[in-house]
Amino acid sequence: MIRFLIKGVFRDRHRYLFPLIIVSCGVLIMIFMLALINGYMDSFIRSNAGFETGHLKVVSRAYSDIIAQKPYDLSLLDIQSALDQWKKRYPQLEWTERIQLGALLDVPDATGETREQGEIIVYGIDLLKSGMERKLLNLDKALARGRIPSQPGEALVSEQALERLKLKIGDPVTLIGSDIYGSLAFHRLVISGTINFGAEALDRGALMADISDIRQMLDMPGGAAEILAFFKDGRYDQKEADRIKADFNQTFSDPRDEYSPVMLAMSDQNNMGYLMGIVHSMLGIFSFVFIVILGIVLWNSGLMNGIRRYGEFGVRLAVGESKKHIFGTLVLEAVAIGVVGSAIGILLGSLGCWYFNIHGMDVSVFTRNSTLFTQDIIYTYIPLHTALAGFIPGVLSTVLGAILAGLAVFKRQTSQLFKELEV
Amino acid sequence: MKKAIIAILAFCAFSLVSAAPSAESILSAIDKNMTSQTTKSTTRMVIHAKRSSRTVESVNYSQGSDRFFTEYLAPPRDKGTKMLKAGDNLWIYDPGTDRTIQISGNMLKQSVMGSDLSYEDFMEEDKLSQDYSAGVDGEITYDGRACWILTLMAKKPGLAYAKRKIYVDKSRYVVLYELLYAKSGKLLKSLKFSNVTKTGNRWYPRYILFKDELKDGKGTEYFVDSIQFDIPIPAATFTKARLKK
Repeated sequence: MIRFLIKGVFRDRHRYLFPLIIVSCGVLIMIFMLALINGYMDSFIRSNAGFETGHLKVVSRAYSDIIAQKPYDLSLLDIQSALDQWKKRYPQLEWTERIQLGALLDVPDATGETREQGEIIVYGIDLLKSGMERKLLNLDKALARGRIPSQPGEALVSEQALERLKLKIGDPVTLIGSDIYGSLAFHRLVISGTINFGAEALDRGALMADISDIRQMLDMPGGAAEILAFFKDGRYDQKEADRIKADFNQTFSDPRDEYSPVMLAMSDQNNMGYLMGIVHSMLGIFSFVFIVILGIVLWNSGLMNGIRRYGEFGVRLAVGESKKHIFGTLVLEAVAIGVVGSAIGILLGSLGCWYFNIHGMDVSVFTRNSTLFTQDIIYTYIPLHTALAGFIPGVLSTVLGAILAGLAVFKRQTSQLFKELEV
Repeated sequence: MKKAIIAILAFCAFSLVSAAPSAESILSAIDKNMTSQTTKSTTRMVIHAKRSSRTVESVNYSQGSDRFFTEYLAPPRDKGTKMLKAGDNLWIYDPGTDRTIQISGNMLKQSVMGSDLSYEDFMEEDKLSQDYSAGVDGEITYDGRACWILTLMAKKPGLAYAKRKIYVDKSRYVVLYELLYAKSGKLLKSLKFSNVTKTGNRWYPRYILFKDELKDGKGTEYFVDSIQFDIPIPAATFTKARLKK
């Protein structure tokens, strides 16, 4: 029976073509939009994780209480052996240490007197030992002039700060700040290059130096304000992050010691959990709206189909087929069209996603004035299970349309059939 | 009879109050005790930070109330750091970077070597009688010593502390306790002075506990290990050229 129905549908071009095109296009658009939103979110997460939160972050308990203030005087000190232990216990993670502080950048003249002075945000990161930070912060791409530091005592400064302080590549500068004990601290650096991230927050006045220089300046050998951890596959996994966080805090954190380490997941920081929740809700709303709109379109298509097949239904009722059975066959036909249409939509959508996943989509025109940590190129991304889930709205909308249109069958009066058929 | 007793008591009370010197004369006596033409001292600052304590040693020279030179001798990280106050200017020399930086603006509010003292404290003139008008609020026994309680109000704007409350040792004219307030009335710092010893013809506290009331921690202990007054100090000591030497 089902085989008979399917053959009937696909041998009558008028019955399948329009709904099939609608469903395929709808699913294609939905799959692509989901992939785009996922890709944007992925880019947003990657940028925020790389610049700020990590997939997971370890700080001292006291630091975590006022983490927004970046209180580096509450840093973790002498943590190298502990870090080795964490690396062994969580081999799925890559680790990097950072220190961030506000300081004054003092530019001397030829006699050593202050020529220019300005406020700057200093990032102490690993620039010399591994290439991890270069990759995370996309430093090679952000490099505007000069070169990335290759030895201690060198630093990168944002292009805007370089111009504001009338600096040149190769100029010596002095960082002035407070060490972790509150004492005035000085450190001499040479500008090796400039950076431009396209994010106002960083470009206004950032200086990046190797963490060894900043440790020396702040009198915190072997210490770090924040230790960021990233999943080696580069993707944030909320469940795994929560599991590792719980295990870490149970094993290594002591609630009685304010300087003991505590682990935070990305969703615990910078309202990222809230933002991710909003995006997931948006995806749900998007799917629902898609079902409703496509359902209405297919309802209309079903109604037109019903008018065209008005005579056919009349004959079928006249020969004794029940209204329920006709309604049932309509729904079954819709399921067949929905499945085939969704499959075509998923296939075409996935092909589009695959292309933009490899080549990326340049959205710099929209992010030019953005202060958010987003990247200019978005790589569409859709997990397999989400793509396959595209079947559900595709089939649901077709069936919904068929149900709404098919209800008209129940309004037919058997007594009027012969009169109608005479015509 | 009753009226006569009240009159006698009132007379006695009036006599006692009138026996107290004026606030201005107390301030002048304190200034006389605490300031000199020149001073050379070696001091230790024990800074009790939240995580650990450390000791900073220095040798200090002063001339009048507006010239001050300090060279830090320990710990090794701070050794060779020098600070010069000349009039309204304050410079610090860092041997690590071989730079002399002028401390001004917000930097004056920074802590000195992580202690409870700020650079702003160094910019204060030494003579209380010049900067503050005072009134005697009463008397108290503090640390076993009979003291006057004085409230000092800034005579001019721009001083680090708009109001001070001090307990002054009646017989030695030394401040034993001091509370420093902002213009808003908020308590900023407290100072406890002890180990008052006679050096030459003046009484001088050899121990001060500074406490920044806006910070956690146990405060900063300041020990004056040696002090000499009115000794010849070369004028070149108070020049910028001396910082790099």
